Amino acid sequence: MAKIDLVELSHAYTANPQRREDYALHKLTMTWEDGGAYALLGPSGCGKTTLLNIISGLVKPSTGRVLFNGQDVTLLHPQQRNIAQVFQFPVIYDTMTVADNLAFPLRNRGWGAAETRKRVEEIAEILELTGDLKNRASGLSADAKQKISMGRGLVRPDVAAVLFDEPLTTIDQHLKWTLRRKLKQIHAQLKLSLIYVTHDQVEAMTFADKVVVMYGGEVVQLGSPQDLFEQPAHTFVGFFVGSPGMNLMPCRIEGGSAVVGEVRIPLDPGTAQRAGQAAGKLTLGIRPEFVELARPGAPDSVPSPIERVEDLGNYKIVTARLGEQVVMAKVSEDEAVSSGTAHLRFPPQWTRIYADDRSLA
Amino acid sequence: MQKIQDNRAWLLVLPVFVTVAFSAIIPLMTVVNYSVQDILGPDNRVFVGTEWFTEVLQDEDLHNALVRQIMFSAMILAIEIPLGIAIARALPVKGWRASLSLVVLALPLLIPWNVVGTIWQIFGRGDIGLAGYVVNALGIDYNYTADPLAAWITVVVMDVWHWTPLVALLAYAGLRAIPDAYYQAAQIDGASTWAVFRYIQLPKLRGVLLIALLLRFMDSFMIYTEPFVLTGGGPGNSTTFLSQYLATLAVGQFDLGPAAAFSIIYFLIVLLFCFVFYTALQNVGRSRPAS
Repeated sequence: MAKIDLVELSHAYTANPQRREDYALHKLTMTWEDGGAYALLGPSGCGKTTLLNIISGLVKPSTGRVLFNGQDVTLLHPQQRNIAQVFQFPVIYDTMTVADNLAFPLRNRGWGAAETRKRVEEIAEILELTGDLKNRASGLSADAKQKISMGRGLVRPDVAAVLFDEPLTTIDQHLKWTLRRKLKQIHAQLKLSLIYVTHDQVEAMTFADKVVVMYGGEVVQLGSPQDLFEQPAHTFVGFFVGSPGMNLMPCRIEGGSAVVGEVRIPLDPGTAQRAGQAAGKLTLGIRPEFVELARPGAPDSVPSPIERVEDLGNYKIVTARLGEQVVMAKVSEDEAVSSGTAHLRFPPQWTRIYADDRSLA
Repeated sequence: MQKIQDNRAWLLVLPVFVTVAFSAIIPLMTVVNYSVQDILGPDNRVFVGTEWFTEVLQDEDLHNALVRQIMFSAMILAIEIPLGIAIARALPVKGWRASLSLVVLALPLLIPWNVVGTIWQIFGRGDIGLAGYVVNALGIDYNYTADPLAAWITVVVMDVWHWTPLVALLAYAGLRAIPDAYYQAAQIDGASTWAVFRYIQLPKLRGVLLIALLLRFMDSFMIYTEPFVLTGGGPGNSTTFLSQYLATLAVGQFDLGPAAAFSIIYFLIVLLFCFVFYTALQNVGRSRPAS
């Protein structure tokens, strides 16, 4: 187990990267603490897999360094650095039994027969593969195969981290929940550092203590699921995390308030002060969960024509127009929504201002 | 469930029967005809039962040809399959180098069989052939027209040169079909190059190798043109394989009855071997008890 530091990591798949877009990863610096359960969240093509492959050593970064416990491993092969990785599609050794599959990484590293067996049985127990240990791996279902893949990742007790590259994509929806919970349990039990790549926010939120959000080859936020929800550090985090995503509207600042189109929205003094000094394109962001429906004429409320109301069972989504912009509010099912005009209120403590997409907080 | 009996259903399989009849059964029947009759003239034939079969099966020359044939096929399979895999593994994976090496590799496959025989016939000659001359110059006495061992080596090397590319191309295609994730996982698992070959590549290649093995077995077991051009079956009978022996019987001596009987036996042997190979390879690594 180890602390993993990434220093100024950049990677381009083209030979002569010129523009910013040529880079799959761009000047990424961050630290993965020992023993953490991390989710690496981002849309397809944001560099998640590249980052994972650089940590495991399958890909050598164009520039920058990877440190395991302070030791530079950037140029080491995966075999030489102590790391495990589980891939999106199950990889099993067809001709081997399940037990041999699980034992393979240990045998390759010269473990004795007795310790290998003990460890394999331990892992099989956790993953509920004990009954299949003596069967050939090739005959099993896709789910079981992926469990074997995961087992091979978890079987070495001394790895710096176990990297999961969207390992549950091929798995049946119901089993996904079970396996994800299993992984959490394994994390608690084996005290391994886990890094889990996914583009599914629910998966990321349920699995991880810390979520790393990537966008366009950069890490835009590292935080707990609650941080991502309440304090998105980047408009992308606001938009990507949460359903529906954050309301984002271009705005300007006028004397302690944000002005969207013609509408003044009050800000808390700190935010207003930082926003007043900020340069660049300003965006106001507020999550639909925090937008309130007020009585007509209530202070600071903004009358907005309602476009539609969707009842999603346990909550409603109200879509209203604010000048040119569309605002969504997520309100409880019981809340009465008057047809025609909604009086929206934007609580200052939840209203955030972004300058060039980055939070001013 | 009620069983519906309707003989008109046979009409549905009729097209298949007709096709198979014309493509296989009717041509084969002519051979069967000859094998059980002594045909002396257009209207003069005698039914002889299994006489030709008995005669052929007791033919000492045929026994020898069969032994030579099995030895030859075994040798070229033992060389071409591993060599083909080794070449496929060594070939570049992408870029112009890959295309170039594939084209160069495939060249022997594009040469007509007769020409292959002629090429090696000249190539191996001690007086004007490059290979023959060089080998002799190295102090090794090599003359494939006089020495049975030299003739054998020449025939085997010729076949290896001619057909290993086929095995290599098949294996190459099989290797390219293995997803990258397998190699990545193997790297992470700390697998050696040998382990990657043994536990990933070889199992994944099983299908194409089965095809390569069957193709090479059938072709080599029926080999005719190249040795006929190269050595004419000699020196003596030392490189006379089954097809050539059959040709001598049918065309040379015009013993059509025994030749037909032998043809059927020949066909059955090929069929049997293919069946055995296929079954064995289908089961390899499957029915093996768990350790």
